[in-house]
Amino acid sequence: MSDQVETTTPVASGGGADPNAAVKMVGKGVNVYYGDAHAIKDVSIDILDKTVTAFIGPSGCGKSTFLRCLNRMNDTIDVARITGTIELDGQNIYDKNIDPVQLRARVGMVFQKPNPFPKSIYDNVAYGPRIHGLVANKADLDVIVESSLRRAAMWDEVKDRLDQPGTGLSGGQQQRLCIARAIATAPEVLLMDEPASALDPIATAKIEELIDELRENYSIVIVTHSMQQAARVSQKTAFFHLGILVEYDDTSKIFTNPTDQRTQDYITGRFG
Amino acid sequence: MAPHIVSAFESDLQELRARLSEMGGLAEEQLSESLDAVRRRDLPLARRVITKDLELDQREIALEELAVRTLALRQPLAQDLRETIAALKIASTLERIGDLSKSIAKRVSPMSETDLAAIGGERLNNSILGMGQLAQTQLSDVLDAYGARDTAAAVNVWRRDVEIDELYNSLFRELIDLMTRERGAVSHGAHLMFVAKNLERIGDHATFIAEMTYYVVIGQPLSDDRPKGDPLFPLPEVDSLTDRETV
Repeated sequence: MSDQVETTTPVASGGGADPNAAVKMVGKGVNVYYGDAHAIKDVSIDILDKTVTAFIGPSGCGKSTFLRCLNRMNDTIDVARITGTIELDGQNIYDKNIDPVQLRARVGMVFQKPNPFPKSIYDNVAYGPRIHGLVANKADLDVIVESSLRRAAMWDEVKDRLDQPGTGLSGGQQQRLCIARAIATAPEVLLMDEPASALDPIATAKIEELIDELRENYSIVIVTHSMQQAARVSQKTAFFHLGILVEYDDTSKIFTNPTDQRTQDYITGRFG
Repeated sequence: MAPHIVSAFESDLQELRARLSEMGGLAEEQLSESLDAVRRRDLPLARRVITKDLELDQREIALEELAVRTLALRQPLAQDLRETIAALKIASTLERIGDLSKSIAKRVSPMSETDLAAIGGERLNNSILGMGQLAQTQLSDVLDAYGARDTAAAVNVWRRDVEIDELYNSLFRELIDLMTRERGAVSHGAHLMFVAKNLERIGDHATFIAEMTYYVVIGQPLSDDRPKGDPLFPLPEVDSLTDRETV
């Protein structure tokens, strides 16, 4: 047996947030309307850096809508109207001088269904760095593509077929390719909208493992319908219901001893 | 609380509660019969208690299987999770209480009343039985508190354990005195010492069930500042005992 004593305990997933984690994004009094429908009601939340934050809640509770506010994806919906502020490192992302395209390079997104471009594996990952002009030459781009695929834990699986179409990969691989694509622009925040809901358990486990590794460098916000997944991968959990942020706390607290009866009813499967 | 959307989950939880309360009833019965056997020096009854302990062991295993299955299939969360975990821990506590009752039954002395009277054992027997009654009340109160999810009642039991501890300490002193004075009382005294120790342990187990009750309802551990009995007075030196014998 080793007689070495571990002096530092890493913050476990599914536990609580690192008390020293810095605040990365701040929502203040955010309201979202789709036409007359009031989808998000006065939500205020601090999202921490180097932390996985899970948004949970029943369908239609507003969790995906709120997630999409964080990189202005709702801008693409004509009837959507947003009030309040959302700050990234202290700057309101809805300011007039913020370019949404640049913003989305800093706040990347991965969707529920893997959606690789109908291009080669290489070009999928290279797409972001190219359009944002992040690289000067092919050699630099090669480095980014390799490191992104490595961080997405799929370099060894695809290094010999980078010129083949990304759409030819399995579902789980496609999703990891989309994660590689999202991290290729070196974002600071990664938004994931049910990233594993279309995947089998093995592919899901790989994505969860990946999320845990990516947490070292990114602030990650994940929307999930799987309570167990939220409990496993996140350190902070926000429970949304009817457009309201009902409870936001350390994941361990939410899943073992939530404060609000609505949270308790939802996570234990008693929502009537 | 509203019932589960998945009714099979609801019935699993109800089944766990039912089985736990059956185990509780059986543990109470074992304790009470082992004390009866001590009071009446009833060896056949003691033997029945010893045999019946097996049933509690088997029930613990069955409850454990159900709890593990519930954890695996339903992945309970929040209060459901706490309740399932508490059921596992309380079941093993009840099984321990059964073991201790069995151990009490094994100490039933076949000593005749005249022999007992000769060493003044009757009075000690009564002290032990008083302690036993207290342990029975603690166990029955804490099981009621758990069933009703009554944290105030659970905390009361938790605080009252100090009384058993104090009885145990005074009995311990008396038994040491007796065995130091009367060589003929050593065998009976040693048996009673074990019975007293077992009752004291049962009291501790009752406080653990009180802590579990608190945890299930409140979601936090009951802080560990429970009043404890006075520490035992120092044991007589072995040398001084030996001296006395050799004189």
